[in-house]
Amino acid sequence: MRVVVNGGPFELPDGATVSHAVRALTPLTSGVAVAVNGEVVSRGAWDSTPLAESDLVEVLTAVQGG
Amino acid sequence: MTETADDVFVLGGEKFGSRLIMGTGGAPSLEVLDQALEASGTELTTVAMRRLDPASRGSVLDLLRARRIKVLPNTAGCFTAGEAVLTARLAREALETDWVKLEVIADERTLLPDPIETFDAAERLVADGFVVLPYIGDDPALARRLEQAGCAAVMPLGSPIGSGLGIRNPHSIELIVEAATVPVILDAGIGTASDAALAMELGCDAVLLASAVTRARRPDLMAAAMRSAVESGRLARQAGRIPRRRYAEASSPARPA
Repeated sequence: MRVVVNGGPFELPDGATVSHAVRALTPLTSGVAVAVNGEVVSRGAWDSTPLAESDLVEVLTAVQGG
Repeated sequence: MTETADDVFVLGGEKFGSRLIMGTGGAPSLEVLDQALEASGTELTTVAMRRLDPASRGSVLDLLRARRIKVLPNTAGCFTAGEAVLTARLAREALETDWVKLEVIADERTLLPDPIETFDAAERLVADGFVVLPYIGDDPALARRLEQAGCAAVMPLGSPIGSGLGIRNPHSIELIVEAATVPVILDAGIGTASDAALAMELGCDAVLLASAVTRARRPDLMAAAMRSAVESGRLARQAGRIPRRRYAEASSPARPA
């Protein structure tokens, strides 16, 4: 299936979860947060939250700012 | 107001020895930032939330952790209350803090805060259990409304972000200070040490700055200057300045005998 991760198209196997999308970007889990279609998915739910075709996934972290 | 050597700054129920809150934006490297943070003596420092870049190396979070500086996520880059609320929730998830510097800007050119969206976001975040520190214009009425809405502090600007124009309306800052029962943190516009000292002399409880240090020719030196300026301004505020007079008042006895 094709989802959108941080604004770019992203191919994932059917049945993939939020964890799959995060691991494709980074090995980190701390300091990282995920929203799917504008809703926060807490870290404890990454493994159990399946993604669907066309989902908009945002994977954020802290950077220099402010 | 405590007038003792151990003049502790209480914000959101936590105690801080330093009244200088640092931002991390604008530093040419993490090494330069690290030296500046050390020289500043800060105990609370802001970060922004952005899309994770797999190619980026080194983390501002590691640096703050190593220095035991409390991290304060901001909502910089948000234009609407909805964006700011989502960003704050993501920051809470990523950084395990319910503190947020709420920043909702009106346009890219001035980066001035949007009061309507800021107030809307503040109400929603307070209801969601956040310690909300809103960045606002130098508007005493908005400051009062945000305090009534449950914000843990108000953070009026001195002048636009990164402008280095200092405090353009000290009278408004004084009005905000007079009315507030939560801490007032002068946020944005500081250009050099005298601006930070003035903020404290006007009665602000703390100063938040970034560019003035990170974009200085020598960030470590400017950080040390800001640290001294905030301490000096605080002491001067507590000491009570003499009134301004139109004519001289001799400091020696009137005439030789």
